[in-house]
Amino acid sequence: MAQTITEKILAFHAGLKAVEAGQLIEAKVDVALANDVTAPIAIDEFEKLGVKTVFDNERVILIPDHFTPNKDIKSAEQAKLVREFAQKHDLKNYFEIGRVGIEHVLLPEQGLVLPGDLIVGADSHTCTYGALGAFATGVGSTDLAVAMATGRVWFKVPETIKVVYHGKPQAWVEGKDLILYTIGQLKVDGALYQAIEMTGEAIDELPMYGRMSMANMAIEAGAKNGIIAPDEITLDYVRPRAQRDYTLFASDPDAAYCRTIEIDVAAIRPQVAYPPSPDKSRSVDQAAADNIAIDQVVIGSCTNGRIEDFRLAASLLKGRKAAPFMRLLIIPGTPDVYRQMIKEGLTEIFLDADALISPPTCGPCLGGHMGVLAAGERAVATTNRNFVGRMGHPESEVYLSNPAVAAASAIMGRIATPEEI
Amino acid sequence: MNNIQGKAWKFGDDVDTDAIIPARYLNTSDPEELAKYCMEDADPGFARKVKVGDIIVAGKNFGCGSSREHAPIAIKAVGVDCVVAPTFARIFYRNAFNTGLLILESAEASAAIADGNEVSIDSTTGMIKDLTSGLEFQARPVPDFMQKLLDDGGLIQHWRKRLMEK
Ligand code: SF4
Repeated sequence: MAQTITEKILAFHAGLKAVEAGQLIEAKVDVALANDVTAPIAIDEFEKLGVKTVFDNERVILIPDHFTPNKDIKSAEQAKLVREFAQKHDLKNYFEIGRVGIEHVLLPEQGLVLPGDLIVGADSHTCTYGALGAFATGVGSTDLAVAMATGRVWFKVPETIKVVYHGKPQAWVEGKDLILYTIGQLKVDGALYQAIEMTGEAIDELPMYGRMSMANMAIEAGAKNGIIAPDEITLDYVRPRAQRDYTLFASDPDAAYCRTIEIDVAAIRPQVAYPPSPDKSRSVDQAAADNIAIDQVVIGSCTNGRIEDFRLAASLLKGRKAAPFMRLLIIPGTPDVYRQMIKEGLTEIFLDADALISPPTCGPCLGGHMGVLAAGERAVATTNRNFVGRMGHPESEVYLSNPAVAAASAIMGRIATPEEI
Repeated sequence: MNNIQGKAWKFGDDVDTDAIIPARYLNTSDPEELAKYCMEDADPGFARKVKVGDIIVAGKNFGCGSSREHAPIAIKAVGVDCVVAPTFARIFYRNAFNTGLLILESAEASAAIADGNEVSIDSTTGMIKDLTSGLEFQARPVPDFMQKLLDDGGLIQHWRKRLMEK
């Protein structure tokens, strides 16, 4: 029976020859992940199960990245719970601050998630790892508790939407723009309960960091997972990092899809998603014409917190300054990204541009800390969500973009195109 | 809990988890604390106005966005035992079952029930009655597998049982 890559990975982990859309399966997980917001509830539920140990102390991964460095007493208490659990169960992949990064930048970088894996994370952007050719999806804390204890999760096999990206992208168009454009087409529930498989020449040529921005945002169309079949680009990324074996899967040519969407990449300009939803994407030219004054720019997050993202931002910020009365925040995704930024002289460029460089953290992305917005303030962010109140006060606004548009906007003090610089 | 009766609170499409419980309050997982801020960014003051037994009637894709289980926990803790909507976001759907929040899918009920109407719900049959208008709606049946989880008392109890049998 012809199968999609998603079906093959699910079948493999369920110990079945084949699965089909709609089927309920129980599958073995390769990695179970939680963060400082979701782990405390998962730990509570885990205790109720009455088991003594986690299913595998290398594959239960806890990442305190949201409110760390602890922003207040309550978050310190949460982080403490997570730390104590990690110590008690001798978790090999607990990352303390200093080593911690934003989970979805850190795990691929450290080779902890690999092609062919089945990964569940108590974080909706767990779908990022689909960029490596894995099945990765977000679950809640209770599902995660069961996965931590048993190494198993139940799933309904999703139907797959195939999105084919034809042609070559224009200058300044990033993976982020392709996915913002796609969500604009699909809308926030356009892929509800479904998988999104991304293919086509433009994906074949897209570097890993761009693929990760794309898979990261599959959830913003409601998808269960986003996935890109592994190829040479994937293997070049994975080989030096992998800490265990992995398996490559690909869709059969005659696999069944519920829908196919064709997108001409050459026609897409950099995108800006207007508040309050990631599906309100328009071209950056429109946004620039709308003359939208901004108070803050955030470059970072699990969508765009990789070294290539900062190179791109630095290429525009070099020798320039952030507009007066405008806060520019640079948040490297992991300590390794930070170190590389220093090595390449990017930190110097950002400091000269009057940017603030934060330690790796989710921070302002979820309105947590390190750059929360006041009523009436507006930000451009390379993050993935711009719901009401996402970065602070319910009357603040977030516009989503790629790092080049964000950097250009920081310089101009309003939403601007990279060409204006 | 077979019968739920209360006032309907209407919300629109795509109510996201940041609206249900803003991330700025996620530095705790205490249900009572979370309840204070339930729906704050969609309807400020909701937590003070809502009464135990009331029902949320929302548009499509309720609970989209993050995986935070704090969302169904906050809704339950504020006293709402059931959410009616045409569709639910995937992770929220699972989380609701796992935390014991009843969710019913009915596009008709979601469209027809007006804000403030008195509604009664039979949680075993999925029958939704709008007592103000007299209209009745049958929600989509819960999939067998989910029903089994519910019968076992939720995912954790289901697994406890399985692990004990081993
Ligand atoms: S960077 Fe933002 S979206 Fe990504 S994991 Fe952190 S809070 Fe979530």
